This record gives sequence, C-alpha cells and structure tokens, in this order.
Amino acid sequence: MLPKSVIEELRRIVGRESVIDAPNDLRIFERDGSIEGAMPDAVVLASSTEHVSAVIKVAARHHIPVVPRGAGTGLSGGAVTIRGGIALQVTRMRRILEIDQVAMTALVEPGVVNQELSLVAAQHGLFYAPDPSSQKACTIGGNAAENSGGPHCLYYGVTTNHVLGMEVVLADGSVHWVSGDAPDHVGLDLCGVLVGSEGTLCAITKIKVRLLRIPPSIATLLAAFPSIESASQAVSAVIGHGIVPAALEMMDNVTVGAVEAHYHAGYPTDAGAVLLVEVDGIAESTRELTAAISKILADNHGYAMREAQTPAERELLWAGRKGAIGALGRIKPNYYLHDGVVPRSRLPQVLSAVGEIGEHYKLPVANVFHAGDGNLHPNILFDLRDRDVLHQVEAAGEEMLRAVVELGGALSGEHGIGLEKSAFMPWIYSEDDLDAMHRVKDVFDAAGILNPGKIFPDPSRKPVHLAGRTGLAIEAKWW
Amino acid sequence: MTAPFSRLSDDDLATCVHCGLCLDACPTFRVTGLETESPRGRIYLMTQWKRGTLEFDEEQVKHIDLCLGCRTCEGVCPSGVPYGRIIEAGRADVEDQRRPSIKRAASRAALRQLVGHRGRLRAAGDATRLAQKLRLTSVSRSGRMLPKLAPRFQPPASNVAPAIGPRKHRVAFLVGCVMPILYPQSHDAAVRLLQLAGCEVWFPPDEQCCGALFAHNGDLEGAGRLRETNSRIYDAGQFDALVVDSAGCGAHLKDFYPALKNRVKDLSEWLAEAGLPEPKRDVKMRVTYQDACHLAHAQRIKKQPRDLIRAIPGVDWVEMRHADICCGAAGLYSTLEPDMSNRILQEKLDDLAATRADVVAVANPGCQMQLEAGLRKRGSAMKVLHVSELLARAY
Repeated sequence: MLPKSVIEELRRIVGRESVIDAPNDLRIFERDGSIEGAMPDAVVLASSTEHVSAVIKVAARHHIPVVPRGAGTGLSGGAVTIRGGIALQVTRMRRILEIDQVAMTALVEPGVVNQELSLVAAQHGLFYAPDPSSQKACTIGGNAAENSGGPHCLYYGVTTNHVLGMEVVLADGSVHWVSGDAPDHVGLDLCGVLVGSEGTLCAITKIKVRLLRIPPSIATLLAAFPSIESASQAVSAVIGHGIVPAALEMMDNVTVGAVEAHYHAGYPTDAGAVLLVEVDGIAESTRELTAAISKILADNHGYAMREAQTPAERELLWAGRKGAIGALGRIKPNYYLHDGVVPRSRLPQVLSAVGEIGEHYKLPVANVFHAGDGNLHPNILFDLRDRDVLHQVEAAGEEMLRAVVELGGALSGEHGIGLEKSAFMPWIYSEDDLDAMHRVKDVFDAAGILNPGKIFPDPSRKPVHLAGRTGLAIEAKWW
Repeated sequence: MTAPFSRLSDDDLATCVHCGLCLDACPTFRVTGLETESPRGRIYLMTQWKRGTLEFDEEQVKHIDLCLGCRTCEGVCPSGVPYGRIIEAGRADVEDQRRPSIKRAASRAALRQLVGHRGRLRAAGDATRLAQKLRLTSVSRSGRMLPKLAPRFQPPASNVAPAIGPRKHRVAFLVGCVMPILYPQSHDAAVRLLQLAGCEVWFPPDEQCCGALFAHNGDLEGAGRLRETNSRIYDAGQFDALVVDSAGCGAHLKDFYPALKNRVKDLSEWLAEAGLPEPKRDVKMRVTYQDACHLAHAQRIKKQPRDLIRAIPGVDWVEMRHADICCGAAGLYSTLEPDMSNRILQEKLDDLAATRADVVAVANPGCQMQLEAGLRKRGSAMKVLHVSELLARAY
C-alpha cells in the first residue's frame, strides 16, 4: 500500500480517475501473459511524456518501484510488479504521430498496437516488420522494451533492428532522446542498450521506427511431415541450401489439432508436424524460391504441400500460426512456455529431448516455434486447479531449458528474461558478465526503482514458485 | 435464490489462458486502456468470484456493467472462450449479489412489463409517434435518441406474403418487438427482398420478443419464458428458414433456440444463399458498412452484407476503419452507460467521417439509432440505412 499522500500526488499529475488503488481492482493487474502474478500498489494511467516523467519523479523521491505496462501480453513476467509499486500504464498513449513516406519511418507513442501501425502504414504501401504473434494486441512500447521477435524476424531482424531512436524517461524523471532519424548510430549505441532492457533502464515514451515497402510478391507454403524430426531435417536442409525465407515456422501435431479447431485453416491434423514457409520479393524471385523450397521439402519427406492462392488464404494460414498459443487453451487452461534458442543444426536433438522430458513427467507438450532461427516454444500444458502437477511442470520447464543450454543455446529468443528466467542467467553468464550488466544498470538506475527483480538473478528467489494462492496466478515471490 | 455464482461455469472460465489477444478488440479497453475494462480482466474477476478467491465487491460490478456484450473478443480468441455465454451468466449471477438500484429495477420492469408484452409495446410505440407528431418529445432525453417514427410495420392480414415469381422457399420472418415500431421501413424492404428472392414469407402470429434484450441484461429467466412461448409457435409452423433482419435477435435465436437448429438466418446470410434477381436500377451513392457486433462476432457474418452491397450497380464502396468495432449502442447500454457509450460513439463517428460516404449501411436497429443520433448531433449529412433498405433501392 502506498501512503495516501503519494496517491494524492499521483492523482494531481494524471487526474483522479487515472490512478487505481482499490485492492480488489489491483488484483486484476497482477499478471501479464505468463503465469506468475504479483499485485501492484497502484496503477497509474499516463497520457503524455510529461505524465510519465512526473510520475517517475514522485516514485524516485519516495523510492517506489515503477513497472511500465502496455497491453500485458508479455510471456516472461516483464510487466508483473513483483516488488509492488506503480504499474505505469501507457495504453492511452496510442497516437501514431507521424508517418514519413520518403524516409520510410514512423514516430509513435508506446501504446500504439503493433498491428495498428502496420494497418495504417499499409495505406502508404509500407509495413512494420517485427510481427510478434500477439501483434493484434501488443504495443510497440512493449515490443521495444522486450526486443520482441516474430515469425518474420528470421529474414527481417528483431525489434532492435527497426528502432531508429526513442524518447525515454530515466529513473530521475528526466526526458531524453537517444539516437534519432539516421539509420546509423554514431558513437556508443545507447538506443541499442535500451531496446530490450525490459523496463529496467528507462520508460519509453516515443519510438521512431523503420518501415519497409510491402513486397510486391509473397508466397506462403504449407507442408506436412511424418514427424517433428523429419520437419527439423527439412528446416536444416532449406537453410543449408543458402535460402533464408522471410519466415519458417513449425507446429507439432498437438498444436495443429488445437489450431485447426478454431481457425479451420486446412492444416493437416494427421501430420507429425507442419512447416509454414514464406518467401517474398519480386515475383520472379518468389516463384523460383518457392519451386526450390518445395523440392527440398519433398526430398525431406514433406507431403500434402500447398501454396496459399489468395491473400485471404495466406492470412488464414498465418492467423492459425499466430493464434496457436492461445488455441492451446482448448487442451488445458494453462501453459508454461519457454523460448530457448539453439543453433539450427541442433533442432532435432533438442526437440527429442523436449519430447522425452514431457513423457518423463507425463505432461502434454505442444511445440510451435520459429524453426528457421532455432527459437523453440515448448508449451507445457496443465491446469492450475490441479495442484499436484505444479512441481512437475516447474521441473520439466527447467529441464527443457537446461537441455537448450547444454546444446549451446540461449535462454530466450524473444520473450525476454523477465521474472521467469532470471534464476537461470548464471547458466550462461559468468559472474563477470553479470557484473558488467549490473554496472550498466547502475549507470541508469542506481537506486533500482525501474522494474526491480527482473533479468538479474535473485539468489533468494526460486526459479518459478508454483504454489499459488488464487488457483489463477502463481504467486510471485522475491523474498 | 440460487447459490452465489452458480450460473457461471468454471469450465467455461478456465478456457481463458490469459494471453491478452482480445484486449485491443474490446471497445472499452480501447478507450480506457485498462485491464479491468477488458475481456481478459472481466474473466479474471468473474473467475475469482466464482472460486471465492476474491470477495464480491459492489464497486467492481461496474466492470461487468461496462461490458457492451459485443463479443468482438470472441472472434479473436484463439482459445475459444465462450465469452457471450460467460458474460450473460455472470450478469445474472451478479444480479443476485448486488444492491438493488432503481435504474436497473426500472429497466428490468420495463423489459418484463413492456417489451415482453407485444400489445403494450405497440401501444407505447403508437403513443410515442403521436407525441412526436404533436412535438411533445423534445422534452425527454430519450425522445431525442429515437428516430422519427413512421406508421408501424403491419404484416398482411393473412400472415403470408407471396413470392414474386415462382415460389422457391417458404420462410418465417421475425417481426420482433421494437423493429416494427422503430424501423418499419427496414422490415418493408426486407420482406420485399425476400419475395423477390422467390420466398413465400410467413409471419408467425402471436410471436413475442425473442428474449435477446432480456438475456443481454442479465434476465435469463425472463428470456426463458419468452422462449417457451415462441418455441411452441415455431414448432407448429412449416418453414425452410426463420429470417431475421436484426442482428441481436438473430444471435440470440441461434444461441438459445436449439430446436431451430441451423434454420435461423440473418437476412443477408439468407439472401446470399437464396440469390436475388438482377438489380433494376443504379444506386449512385458512396456507401460504407458498420458491422453489427451480433452479426460479425456472434454470428461470424461479415462477408455476405458486404458482397450484397457491393453487387448493387452504381455503389461506390468504401471500407471503414475499425468497421467491426462496436458503435456503443449495445442494446440498452446506451441508456444504462451513457458516458462510455458516447466515448465509443465519438471514435466511431471519426472513422465514419473519414470515409466521406453518403450512406452507412447497418444490420441492427440499435446501431442504426446510435449512429443516427451521433451523426445528427454532429450535423453530418450522412444517412444511416438498413442493408435491406439500401438493397431494395436497386429494385
């Protein structure tokens, strides 16, 4: 609970209605798209950079944690207020301030929804490339904070490759621009440091992003495979031939079943796995690439191949892929999801390890992931109401991530470390590495008020604390 | 009284995985930016109530009240959360827990005593029309909301309108409760289109309100009584389809009248199936279309009305941004939650203005009333027409 006087100070900044401190309402803000939850002491709705700055000044003066929050679709607990404090909601800052057709850039507020930006940009023949599966709802501010990826990041790169500059508010409430209009950063790349800092270094209030010309021709292929192993071999073969498609996605049999039930996209439900491959460019080149890829897939046991014939068909294939994680709710109401990355050549090994771990713990696992860049998404499916399985889920998740690391992989491809994976950081970073990161944190936020408890391992915290209070969220603990 | 929160199904609630894909599809989240005014937040709240992990709090009922029931979230939910069913059960459960209020008691009584009785409602409609003629209604707020009433829709004395040309189908037509009073011209046009499509149209005598307004308002029992009456009438009739030109009613009939199976059809859905003859004249207008929530989301019908409009010769079609987002009308919502309704309406009017259309076509009387009132207030010349009226102009 924040003192009444602080609440009053906050209300004077953003207005009475824009501060929520009723405990029962705060409960509704305890989670994001991941499974852990912790209640904020207040939710503050900012409408401008001035609001964000003034709120952070108050927080700094009283040493209150501040956690910026967009749509709350994140999958690593980035927006969870694990040490209480202020959830600083930027969802009302949703103006697209400028689209420059010649420079091919957009200046947006952090609450602009990813897909909305691409829809507006499309009127100028442009699009915003990073396309997380939650793009219907997630915000550009959240994308920049988490350095989000998406299916098309295989070819186009992740968020940091598309952010040209940002207006940020630092831990003392001061407002700064980092980088700007130029495509190259001269000097130390501060913008690069802040993109992906998960709210621990700054709050983002404006973002200048690169837009790209919508390619004249796009081809989307769907292919079935007898097993997840054969599909992985096909992925390696495509990339091994020197072809980098715009996107190369895999879904296993469990996922396909769930997705097909909602989208009726025509995914073959009997397949062991399916691949969704997209290439874009000029028509001649996409035709050539499609033919080459089809042959490679067929040589690697691919069957029932089809190419989307209309934009609507293409959209439907993608809707299925992007709604996949949500669709798993048809099997079990909760998922525990990691997003480790392995070198592509290790895909078959890591996937069989994931399968074995699931079997060992007798837990259903659904795989849906960015196969092209080796970015796994094994979803362990369970029901939080069944208290007995929770420890199994926790242990299985940890083992899967361990398998990823042992095969030379990384903890996260795009979801961020957040709360969920902070305990595992020492698996891949030495004390010196972590110390260097700590020192960067200290430069920006020595007092530690910005999104505390994230990224850095907290020795007193269990990795995931699967002992909940509500049967709805897993109560996040840091003490 | 039933046990607390017994209508809400825990299994329905558990289908929500908390992914958040629904958030930006929710009109109240879009204007407030608050999790508590989003589908995910509302489900989280109702689940806590249901499981007893959060005590019932009168203050939090506003989050349930503020839901439009537009079900846009259902269309984007990959997990298949039956949100419409959840919110209707939740509303009914909440009615048992909350303090009584005069406003809600009045709206429930008005539904049960007025809308639930065809004769009384029609008498009230006639009285309102008379009052409009005598220019008495400008004294009341709701008077300004209402359109100028034409003489109410009357089915032929035989209760049957013959097909024009060879008879291909026999359809029943839902005359409904408020449609014949508020928008008789839409009904007239709809019936004529059906006749042109080779349908003999039957008007089931003694049919009552379908119950949609009751269910949306948390009165499932009231809706159930009307369903019993109507089901008897439908059971006794012979028809290929029950055609409905009001999206809210169509959605309710599809969800709550299992005996009708797949025979409930929205007008546009049916006309797309049955086929209209070649249009006779051009309709030279720039036209856009506002999806009715209960058509686009509850019934998943977006293509047919657009295809029908675009097939009219002379129409200059323009798609509006956010066409499938609610306009804020939502049945009784615009009366019960006027502030939120108006905030949502203002965004809609901006999107409408950007189309520079002459006409916005609609498929539901609530949307029509809301958009007419909003456009009138802004001094816009844009006209609101039911899809049926627009189509009928081509014949």
